[in-house]
Amino acid sequence: MAIEDDILVVGGGLAGTTAALAAAERDVQVRLVSYRQSTLRNASGLIDILGYTPAGDGPLVDPFEALDDLPAGHPYERVGSEAVREALAFFDEIVGDAYAGAHTDANALVPTHGGTVKPTARYPTSTAAGLASDDRDALLVGFETLPDFEAPLAASHLEAAGAPFGARGVTVRFPGIVRDDAKVTRYAHLLDHDEPVETPAGETTAREALAETVRTHLEGESRVGFPAVLGDDHADAVRADLGDRLGVDVFEVPMGPPSLPGIRLEDMLYEALEAAGVRVTTGVPVVDYETGGEGTNATDLERIDRVIVDRNGAEVPHRATQYVLATGGLVGKGVQSERDGVFEPLFDCHVPQPADRYDWFVDDVFGDQPYARFGLPVDRDLRPLDAGDDPEFSNLHAAGAVLGGYDFAAEKSGSGVSLATGYVAGRRAAEGCR
Amino acid sequence: MPRDTEVLVLGGGSTGCGIARDLAMRGLEVTLVERGNLTDGTTGRMHGLLHSGGRYAVSDQASATECIEENEILREIAGHCVEETGGLFVQRPEDSDEYFQEKLEGCRECGIPARVLSGTEAREVEPYLADDVARAIEVPDGAVDPFRLCVANAIDAETHGARVETHAEVVDLLRDGDDIYGVEVHHESGPGKRTHATPGTTEEITADYVVNATGAWAGQIGAMADLEIEVRPSKGVMTIMNVRQVDTVINRCRPKGDADIIVPHETTAILGTTDEEVPDPDDYPEEQWEVDQMIDTLSELVPILEEARTIRSFWGVRPLYEPPGTGTQDPTDITRDFFLLDHADRDGVAGMSSIVGGKFTTYRAMAEEIADHVCDKLGVTASCSTADEPLPGSENIETLEAGMDDFGLRSPVARRSTQRLGSRASEVLETDDPNPVICQCEGVTRAEIRDAISQSGSDLNAVRIRTRASMGNCQGGFCCQNMANELHPTYDEETVREALDELFQERWKGERHALWGEQLSQAMLNYALHATTMNRDRDPASATGDIDFAAFDGGRPASDRVDGTRRAD
Repeated sequence: MAIEDDILVVGGGLAGTTAALAAAERDVQVRLVSYRQSTLRNASGLIDILGYTPAGDGPLVDPFEALDDLPAGHPYERVGSEAVREALAFFDEIVGDAYAGAHTDANALVPTHGGTVKPTARYPTSTAAGLASDDRDALLVGFETLPDFEAPLAASHLEAAGAPFGARGVTVRFPGIVRDDAKVTRYAHLLDHDEPVETPAGETTAREALAETVRTHLEGESRVGFPAVLGDDHADAVRADLGDRLGVDVFEVPMGPPSLPGIRLEDMLYEALEAAGVRVTTGVPVVDYETGGEGTNATDLERIDRVIVDRNGAEVPHRATQYVLATGGLVGKGVQSERDGVFEPLFDCHVPQPADRYDWFVDDVFGDQPYARFGLPVDRDLRPLDAGDDPEFSNLHAAGAVLGGYDFAAEKSGSGVSLATGYVAGRRAAEGCR
Repeated sequence: MPRDTEVLVLGGGSTGCGIARDLAMRGLEVTLVERGNLTDGTTGRMHGLLHSGGRYAVSDQASATECIEENEILREIAGHCVEETGGLFVQRPEDSDEYFQEKLEGCRECGIPARVLSGTEAREVEPYLADDVARAIEVPDGAVDPFRLCVANAIDAETHGARVETHAEVVDLLRDGDDIYGVEVHHESGPGKRTHATPGTTEEITADYVVNATGAWAGQIGAMADLEIEVRPSKGVMTIMNVRQVDTVINRCRPKGDADIIVPHETTAILGTTDEEVPDPDDYPEEQWEVDQMIDTLSELVPILEEARTIRSFWGVRPLYEPPGTGTQDPTDITRDFFLLDHADRDGVAGMSSIVGGKFTTYRAMAEEIADHVCDKLGVTASCSTADEPLPGSENIETLEAGMDDFGLRSPVARRSTQRLGSRASEVLETDDPNPVICQCEGVTRAEIRDAISQSGSDLNAVRIRTRASMGNCQGGFCCQNMANELHPTYDEETVREALDELFQERWKGERHALWGEQLSQAMLNYALHATTMNRDRDPASATGDIDFAAFDGGRPASDRVDGTRRAD
């Protein structure tokens, strides 16, 4: 027997969870299924709207001003700038105090682990004291066993970018870390639970030992930045505790994968799904779909009747009135490729692409990469379009990185597009259930 | 007139480094110049096959005999650069029985140990061989790391007093009448180890004798002194798979053809190759059909290759040569033998010989013959000892492997590290400082990266070549920046940034040719990591123009701050 819901969201990243939450506000039964681990844990946890125009102008002070000038087909152009603002407000409500940046339309410039600043619209509160436009001097602290963040180098990099404050970096040994290859979650766990650690001065606790280690290096700076390993479940308490002991503001520098700020955001979103009554099943792939059934309308558009979900080898049909495709892009495998072409693997939606594989890329790694724009074209209701510009299905909406026509990495628009299109796809899907 | 050096060797590939080592060990004063990094030309762009000689057992028995002799020598003197994989010549139903028999007899005539396996027996050795593989000949092919082998030769040459100068491009041959007496080199700017000269300067290096060991580039060197050297560069593609689908070298048992070999190499397998003559060894098309052909044709031997993930493809240029007037059309028919061209005999210009043709497996024997020739010219009687003296790092390998857990590292890392470092492992890895892994895919630790930096300077591509860091599945997406971090504070921030950009671009160069499936997904992830979180594509520190920091979000109100100060707006 089929599992029945009003709306089925396929994909559990930022776009999928936002779509599910936006739909669930409208008194419909929503289910979310996801297969792979979402790419949120690769991401910095920063919420970018638009840092650079597609032509590369920027960093943009005001991302919203630039939205109306985006080319036709860009996901933001599809949903309109008002929807972007609404989606961001929706996000602010979900994450509450955990994020900052809502007090202004201006982008923030956030120093990340290489020492480069990047423009972003919302940032975790843990990062707030680290903004590059803050003119207080900063001490950056790296750890000998964490090669991803070379604090003195990052400090020099910030100065090279002309940051309006003095930055200094030191590298210290993290008290209590005995293995050279400890995972970032191990650092976080030590601080979360303030575990006992051995130091040359005797046994103490992790936070105290770390604060003491850093204290000797302070030269009057009023803020201190660490790689983003300062706690997981109790990150706020860890930061506050370290700040109190040192008499400074403490902030986290966003890091590469696995990214604790990304994992914390994922946790918040899944808690919100649970609170909203969304039924969530993870680790299950959608393997097939069937069209037809009741409600096929007169517009001759095909309608998805059900999808087949593989649950540990059992093929379980899932039926819904509306479907949201939020399976991600090339990284999340919502868009895939073989030697002779690029495709969307679930519903075989149309993916525009150059015929010759050697036209998928340009020679400069940071050049205008065609592959970075691979994805689905959609109408203003975010329904995927076929090669003739007609909707592929009447009841399928797409959101997030599965969409084409934008280069999120160059524009710094990834999370913003996921939020805005997830929000709109969720709302449209809910309207389609009426 | 006193000369700067007795012998000047041009070219830092396997041949040049082999010659430099040989002559230095004989007590001659040697200088080697290389326009890029060691191995930059053909040596660093080969499939890593240590020939048993089986490949030439029918067509060229002299080469085959030389291969098996050198194969056995290299296992002795460079055990840490060789993996004794063994090899199979595999026959499919459509391949000729007659040729199979000729191959078998040829191997035996050349002294190459050879044994016939049934299809079933062959699949017991290599389970992924196609079901219809009829039978195979087992030979002692191996895998060799050309980077380590070449560098080991260079290090040993230096130990014996040679000067090895990389990033020094020959811009002119110094010729006085009918005598060549040296070269002018340009010391390049940019990262890399240049202990002897200042970047951006030129230097004249005079020598009693010049050896042109620039391979596919020999014609360009010759032209500087109006000498015509008829090198016929021929390109070949190699495609790297993400895992070792086979543990044995797999050859197709048929007369000749493209895409007929798979070489397991560390954690990967390399598919090869094509053979296409090109006009310019520095500028030739890298074509899609070549990559497609590797996978399509070699899948006939190992079907899982069709679905497997490729990491990248690269091209190399063979330095083929044939004497004027031979007129061979098809490059696959040109001999793989080497030629020593003494320009005194050939062109009436004294002071220089050129080496062309040849193959990697027999580099040492070639070097020996050339060194004999040079000694003859200079009236030196010292004899060759390169076949007996182990290369640096190859002593005591068993002791090292037995002690692979001694370094407090996870054992696969220690094992790989000791394999890479040979007998230098304890010296490099026994450190009191934390030694985290920098490159997860290849298991390369900080101590190894720093050791390589101490030898290569800020040239991260050279560090990559020494350590294999950034050469695994992720192609550097996760570790390039961590490698760069290790340059600081020895090198300043700007140098580190440039070195990182250079490494990242270089990694991308090869990835482009494997840009589909998993690897396209990986490429997008790498691009996203570097452009999105790190904003390296639009790094304000590298961009022109200043940022108005005050116009951006400065954070929460001043009253919330620890020091209560207000930001100047």
